[in-house]
Amino acid sequence: MKLSDFKEGALGGVPIALGYLSVSFAYGIMAAGGGIDPLSAVLISMTNLTSAGQLAGTQLIIDGATYFQIAVTTLVINLRYMLMSLSLSQRIDPKMSTGERLLVSYGITDEIFAVAYQREKAPNTPYMLGLISLPYVGWTLGTLLGATAGNILPERLCSALGIAIYGMFVAIVIPQCRKSHPCLVVVAVAAALSCLLKYVPVLSSVPTGWAIIICTVAASVLGAVLYPEEVDEV
Amino acid sequence: MSRYVFTATMVMAVVTYLVRMTPITLMRGRLKSRFFRSVLAYAPYAVLSAMTIPHILDSTASPLSALVGLIAAVALAMMKRGLLTVAVGASAAVFVAELFLIH
Repeated sequence: MKLSDFKEGALGGVPIALGYLSVSFAYGIMAAGGGIDPLSAVLISMTNLTSAGQLAGTQLIIDGATYFQIAVTTLVINLRYMLMSLSLSQRIDPKMSTGERLLVSYGITDEIFAVAYQREKAPNTPYMLGLISLPYVGWTLGTLLGATAGNILPERLCSALGIAIYGMFVAIVIPQCRKSHPCLVVVAVAAALSCLLKYVPVLSSVPTGWAIIICTVAASVLGAVLYPEEVDEV
Repeated sequence: MSRYVFTATMVMAVVTYLVRMTPITLMRGRLKSRFFRSVLAYAPYAVLSAMTIPHILDSTASPLSALVGLIAAVALAMMKRGLLTVAVGASAAVFVAELFLIH
């Protein structure tokens, strides 16, 4: 294992780890608030390592949803990783073995993907392991702290931190909407549908998990029909 | 930890891992269907939008303070701030708003 590549990766992971620490702290508070015990919350973070996906999944667990609903929601929300994994497969060291690919793919997140993709040299296994290591620790530790110490924090602070994870979503969506008009349309349609499914009497009986799937699929398909050529790089 | 929570966690973990692992391990070419590529490209933003709006309003002690946080997050994101700054900024805005809204 080349240490220099590992080090370079680990260095790139520091800001990601700090961001994850605070967001997973908010996740831990949210999970504990919904009655999930700290050990379960940490296990979810360690085995999932996703923000939006595990947040939605945890909400469904709290609501007592079926395994099928949980599986489909997780699939839909995390579908983007498929694209990132695909892009990364064109970019990584082609000599990477199947075993190494199986290992490294565990750590593909929005931020890790973005940093790895922007590396000048083709990312190899030591680099990827370095890049993943600190964010993984940050994500796990933040969850543990949020789920255990979250309830000794003043109520005001918990309330304020509750919005942190959504703030991160806004930070991912807005720049893309500024760059791309089609994306703005898709995002607006998804938000409007989501409001309809939450507030219109009959429609609001659709469980949250399905509502998110319906909004996502409808808005994305609409985007693909209206603006199929606009997206070539993601 | 209940059996339900554990099983649900494993379901989430397996689905997530398969999604991440399959393309990088198996696929070597580009997706041929432009339509499917487009749907996949829009899906992450659609899902984040549907998750945030309107549920962000339930994420704090009051919908009004959450609205202030949302506006702060959008403003910071428009100013091209990073994920961490936007998340912390939104939290700070909520905290300040609740000093006035909740006594």
